[in-house]
Amino acid sequence: MDLAELREIGEKERTAQKPIRVHCCTSTGCQAANSLGVKKNLENTCKEKKMGDRVQVVGVGCMGFCGRGPLVQIEAQNKLYEEVTPDDAASIIEAIAGGTASAAEGDPEHPFFARQMRIVRETSGKIDPERIEEYIAVGGYEPLYKAIHDLTPSETIDEVSKSGLRGRGGGGYPTGLKWATVAKMPGQQKYVICNADEGDPGAFMDRSVLESDPHRVLEGMAIAAYAIGASEGYIYVRAEYPLAIERLQKAIKQAKKYGILGSQIFDSPFDFKIEIRIGAGAFVCGEETALIQSIEGGRGNPRPRPPYPAQEGLWKSPTLINNVETFANIPAIIREGGAWYAGIGTEKSKGTKVFALTGQIRNNGLIEVPMGITLREIVEEMGGGVPNGKVKAVQTGGPSGGCIPASLLDTPVDYDSLVKIGSMMGSGGMVVMDEKTSMVEVARFYMEFCRGETCGKCIPCRAGTVQMYQMLTKILNREATLQDIVKLEQLCDMVKNTSLCGLGMTAPNPVMSTLRYFREEYLTLLKDSPNGKVPAGTAASITS
Amino acid sequence: MSVVTLKINGVDLAIEEGTTILDASKEAGIRIPTLCHLNGITDVGACRLCLVEIAGVNKMLPSCVTQVAEGMDITTDSDRLQEYRRMIVEMLFSEGNHVCAVCVANENCELQDLAIEVGMDHSRFPYRFPEREIDISHPQFGIDHNRCVLCTRCVRVCDEIEGAHVWDVAFRGAAAKVVTGLNQPWGTVDACTSCGKCVEACPTGSIFRKGSTVAEMTRDRNKLEFIVNARENKQWTR
Ligand SMILES: Cc1cc2nc3c(=O)[nH]c(=O)nc-3n(C[C@H](O)[C@H](O)[C@H](O)COP(=O)(O)O)c2cc1C
Ligand code: SF4
Ligand code: SF4
Ligand code: SF4
Ligand code: FES
Ligand code: FES
Repeated sequence: MDLAELREIGEKERTAQKPIRVHCCTSTGCQAANSLGVKKNLENTCKEKKMGDRVQVVGVGCMGFCGRGPLVQIEAQNKLYEEVTPDDAASIIEAIAGGTASAAEGDPEHPFFARQMRIVRETSGKIDPERIEEYIAVGGYEPLYKAIHDLTPSETIDEVSKSGLRGRGGGGYPTGLKWATVAKMPGQQKYVICNADEGDPGAFMDRSVLESDPHRVLEGMAIAAYAIGASEGYIYVRAEYPLAIERLQKAIKQAKKYGILGSQIFDSPFDFKIEIRIGAGAFVCGEETALIQSIEGGRGNPRPRPPYPAQEGLWKSPTLINNVETFANIPAIIREGGAWYAGIGTEKSKGTKVFALTGQIRNNGLIEVPMGITLREIVEEMGGGVPNGKVKAVQTGGPSGGCIPASLLDTPVDYDSLVKIGSMMGSGGMVVMDEKTSMVEVARFYMEFCRGETCGKCIPCRAGTVQMYQMLTKILNREATLQDIVKLEQLCDMVKNTSLCGLGMTAPNPVMSTLRYFREEYLTLLKDSPNGKVPAGTAASITS
Repeated sequence: MSVVTLKINGVDLAIEEGTTILDASKEAGIRIPTLCHLNGITDVGACRLCLVEIAGVNKMLPSCVTQVAEGMDITTDSDRLQEYRRMIVEMLFSEGNHVCAVCVANENCELQDLAIEVGMDHSRFPYRFPEREIDISHPQFGIDHNRCVLCTRCVRVCDEIEGAHVWDVAFRGAAAKVVTGLNQPWGTVDACTSCGKCVEACPTGSIFRKGSTVAEMTRDRNKLEFIVNARENKQWTR
């Protein structure tokens, strides 16, 4: 296939599309609220009303406002319907011709949507993720073609380096530099791995990208493979994501059929095949060396680095491992150029970031925002603030991150600013907490998670998380003394500095950040606390 | 052979390239505590007791898997390292059920030795008293999980030297434990050749010879290294 043929597929698809497309979300969130029933009724009504020549119902990926799902959108008329039931379907179709729909209408101009900047999710919620033709119709796979035919591998890497893109899996390592390292490693056999393990509680960005736009991720991986000289790739997805797996399988099959994956891609000497590996769902398997062992069929235990996967990864070959969102950024970077991407965001954090905005907040869902936007803008403007009361804290970075107090809401969202205040970007979970939340409870929640998820290989993490959990429980039971807080802090410091992998090294973060900003809450819970009262909204009121 | 120069605890040394910091220290007569390391088998960097500080590197690195490099300035015994090591040993004691007075390995136990070495007189962490089992289904040996520190030396020895791979680690977190076969009684695992290498490898009283009573356990760890060396270099005499 050449460019003209690729464009022809897109052109054919565009002409076949009806002028009015009724987008019905079929991603996990909305499906759980019966969006498939809605879709069926939308289709049936279309048929009954004989509107099929003008109106087309399309099952699309996530539109972002998952908290109000199922969502139905009619782009041509700038209409968005929320919490649609199957019974609403007929009225929505009738509304196209001038009636009124019984479903609640959303506001597509609401800051929740208006403040977003969509690169990774540019076509999510607009195209049918199960049809490659729809992806091609919006320009999909042209960047891959461009890379293969107009750029050398090193020019491709240069564009990524120029973009300033940093890994979206949490650590924020410069993507271009990682690519260049793997490209420079000697050896014929190299691998590309897409990390779609996504184990953080509260995070569902990667799942959504895979479900809504799987071809974008495949395209990003293919471009990476071309750039580093790999001919094989793996996507490691957790088994809890059946819909993502199903859509990926379909997408890979379709791409192969068109000759976009496989051998001699776009009539070039470049070969690349992708396989899916399904993980059983252990948080630690998101750690890159554990993930590699898991693909190899072993127990998902991390090993000391160096050697890094770039030097010695899958089957001891140089391996590039990137996150789903990182790969999903690549097509746009190649299409528009690295300089374009570098124009977005802040000095050291370029581009956009997808967050799963959840917790005590009015507007729950997925957002993609330019780096540098403040937490306040996200939480108060886009999220609409806390339903009853005020924001107490925002948790970012999941079990590796920390709690940011309301007083620091003006902090810009970028890698370094978040680290500076004791949290981190992480993969993109953002949990808003209101004043009723007990921060000690929150710390214990994350410690409980780590305690259950540590692989057990190294002692500080295996035994340390249990000890920390017990100390937090002791505090919450009002049996602890100041001595225990001192011990807790020593333990945090030790586990952080001596653990083998990122899980243990970051597990103390939620405790340390709450101790830093909400120390009072810990102190009032002590057995010999001077005022001896349980403060409003702490453990007692939460657990009672 | 290429040589690098470096400093360990302020002492200038010339060390062969490719040597680990642990071996370099040994060469220089400096002892670094270890638990998961055993000569003759691969290192996994799991116990974290051998961590050292290297000037200019912000992370502490396990000396058993970190190779020396030109110009390194290594500290093996800072106050901070000593404090961390003691905490790790304390946690090991509170994690399992260690009653030395009635243990076969009493006085021949690496964990006990470590406790003495790091100056531990009590554990500041509460004992957890987990419920763990004992498996004496094997005709010659037994395993008492109460004394296992999960160093995985038995796993590696059986896999790498004996080639039987009877042992593995199952479960995770606090529930992690070594298992024989597919988590079945040791005595029913056909793959076990009863060679006793895991007995030699185990640093504690966890894997023992049946019939040994309190403080009777003796072990010859050099035997394992000897076997490897014999096979690789065809030197069959000690
Ligand atoms: C315990 C642990 C869990 C992790 N889970 C994930 C994950 O679910 N997805 C992910 O992309 N990266 C995860 N990471 C980070 C990866 O190890 C790795 O750094 C990342 O996939 C690299 O991709 P990037 O450079 O594109 O961010 C995890 C790290 C640790 C230590
Ligand atoms: S830090 Fe925790 S998860 Fe990582 S290797 Fe150690 S025990 Fe396993
Ligand atoms: S294994 Fe060692 S530390 Fe544990 S009880 Fe036996 S002698 Fe004591
Ligand atoms: S049984 Fe012994 S050798 Fe095996 S992991 Fe436990 S302590 Fe280590
Ligand atoms: S899942 Fe339907 S809008 Fe996100
Ligand atoms: S001896 Fe190095 S980590 Fe255990």
